[in-house]
Amino acid sequence: MTPFLVVFALFIVTPLVYSMYLSLFRNQLMGGTTFAGLDNYVTAFTDPKLWDGAGRVGLFLLVQVPIMLGLSLIAALAIDSGRLHGKEFFRVALFLPYAVPGVVAVLMWGFMYDDRLGLTGSLNDLVGFPLVDPYTKQWILTAIGNIVTWEFVGYNMLILYSALKTVPVEIYEAASIDGANQFRIVRSIKLPAVRGALVIATIFSILGSFQLFNEPNILKEIQPALISSFYTPNIYAYNLSFEGNQVSYAATVAIVMGLVTAIIAYVVQLRGTRKDA
Amino acid sequence: MPEDLNYDDVEEGKTMTITRNRRVAIGALATLLAASLTACSGGGEGGGGGAAEGATAEDIEAALQEGGSITYWTWTPQAETQVAAFEKAYPNVDVTLVDTTGAGDANTKLQNTLASGKGVPDVVQIEYQSVPQFQLPGQLTDLTEYGFDELESLYTPSTWGAVTQNGGIWGLPQDSGPMAFFYNSEVFDAAGVEVPTTWEEYVEAARTIKEHDPDTCIGNDSGDPGFTTSMIWQAGGTPFQTDGEAVTIDLADEGSTKWAEMYQPLIDDELLCQLPGWSDEWYQALGDGTIASVVLGAWAPGVFEDGVPDGKGKWRVAPTPTYDGTPANAENGGSTESIPEASENKLLAAGFLKWLNGSDESIKAFMETGGFPATVKELESEEFLSYESEYFGGQKINEVLGAAGADVNEGWQYLPWQSYANSIYADTVGQAYLDKSSLLDGLAAWQEENVKYGTDQGFTVNG
Repeated sequence: MTPFLVVFALFIVTPLVYSMYLSLFRNQLMGGTTFAGLDNYVTAFTDPKLWDGAGRVGLFLLVQVPIMLGLSLIAALAIDSGRLHGKEFFRVALFLPYAVPGVVAVLMWGFMYDDRLGLTGSLNDLVGFPLVDPYTKQWILTAIGNIVTWEFVGYNMLILYSALKTVPVEIYEAASIDGANQFRIVRSIKLPAVRGALVIATIFSILGSFQLFNEPNILKEIQPALISSFYTPNIYAYNLSFEGNQVSYAATVAIVMGLVTAIIAYVVQLRGTRKDA
Repeated sequence: MPEDLNYDDVEEGKTMTITRNRRVAIGALATLLAASLTACSGGGEGGGGGAAEGATAEDIEAALQEGGSITYWTWTPQAETQVAAFEKAYPNVDVTLVDTTGAGDANTKLQNTLASGKGVPDVVQIEYQSVPQFQLPGQLTDLTEYGFDELESLYTPSTWGAVTQNGGIWGLPQDSGPMAFFYNSEVFDAAGVEVPTTWEEYVEAARTIKEHDPDTCIGNDSGDPGFTTSMIWQAGGTPFQTDGEAVTIDLADEGSTKWAEMYQPLIDDELLCQLPGWSDEWYQALGDGTIASVVLGAWAPGVFEDGVPDGKGKWRVAPTPTYDGTPANAENGGSTESIPEASENKLLAAGFLKWLNGSDESIKAFMETGGFPATVKELESEEFLSYESEYFGGQKINEVLGAAGADVNEGWQYLPWQSYANSIYADTVGQAYLDKSSLLDGLAAWQEENVKYGTDQGFTVNG
């Protein structure tokens, strides 16, 4: 236990406490760093930029996560069904995007989204009218969702698939003796079996959504006006800290968002594990 | 059947809940951990320097002969050649060169290093527009102490003005970037368009080029703060004025308004390509004739030769268009080398800096590979002015670029927090480019954000 506690104190408690300490100060170009008490928290709770970003990742969470996990579940069930030819291939192929470094993935998609040189340009030329234009206000969040889904479907599929693998073969045998068809087996055996894994995958996805940073931050280079400096809470904190010289307020933003994330994740976990749900 | 499954899960379920709880906790902590990494980067005050204050040219020379080691941060492509030549001239001095890759990264890196007080460079390249940001909190050395006021006559007035403010000398100018109009003569000829001398003609030319081939455009702009500020400067605006802690912001002054009204039709009628500068697409579009012209600093020929090989022989240079025919110009980019207040080898650093941006040998090396100098002697030399650029079809480009420097409007200042201001430009002015809405409204929004930020940062802001 002691080695664990040392590592825990060093890498988790220390940075946390340090962040909290930082968040109690105020950084000014004129006047330097002064103690500010809880002022930063008061500002954060009424900061329209912070809540604009938080609202955006909230929306992202509500739309993208169910789609992604739905696709992951379908893929996991398909591979587990034993009826798919070349399931090893599909399993690796779906997982492969997760192995592509995030930055590379975004650059790749960023290029494909371009309507002059990229894939969407070719697609629009093919159909003869602008069918999709990811670099517009209406589409940009969807475009980011698409990248994130592409990156993580395989990863979540693997979590769900490994849960399916733990179901003993005897149960399936018993089910078919009882006359259950494939749909009945999915509904009554497989879905309950993956429920725990699904809750974990959901919680990981919630954390991922609230920490959304890489994808919009790289697309910002390509389309500066579409992604604001407070597009997500993490981008906001980053910009405050590295461009705005407001390290303390950035720490406050991070702590507030950390708390919000923890609360939402906890609620999901409580609901997800309720026996009578 | 699901009931069957749940039977023996009860015990296990309990333990799993605990594991999950812990995972959630760790996950949440990880969020905070990521947050604190962002936060770790600052805190302390900029370290105070402890080196000897004040020195004569003899002291500096003696220090160079005695030797030692210094660190030099730059993104200048010529730095390696310059440092090698310096180390040859002063074999006892060892210069460690650190490539900071570009102005944006360099600012962030310098800001963080100065905040932590560890690994502070002795000589550092800073863009002119970022000098106030480091000077005001007292992070740069006043070079008056080292007798650098004697060097004033070496440099053009606008670059010297950019490194001197609030009663001190905060660096020596490395290069300058008076704006000029770079255009693809093939595209202009094909569309039957004359080179514009006024902005009115420019807007007309933009329409003709678009009509001639809808896939091409006279220029590209998807909202670039550096370009906007240079254009306001050229229009005679002085939207930012700093006097100690008092800052005045007026992005609706005569110059700003003049620029916005001239520029609005280009956005409304989609006469510009929405391509961000410096992207792969941009280089390609400069080479294949999609973008017919660009307004850039005099350092641009080096960029063309390196990045747009396909444009060789097609591009030419002309003076920046004006509003009423009276020559007026602005700087676009350009940087200085400065000595941080926290440097531990100031005397040696001063010697290196004086050599770097003040010696014939170093400036020659800088110019040989496309650098555009800030020194009067070089800018007026016969060799420089008569240089015929093969890339620009044999045009004597420096005649145009050299003259461009003489027309730069005086009195321009950047904000003490220009890099932050630039980081929120896309949120405000940038929206006008995207929505084809009013640039003036965008400028007003930018002003509002900056007034708020400046006030929060302890300045007395009028705006």
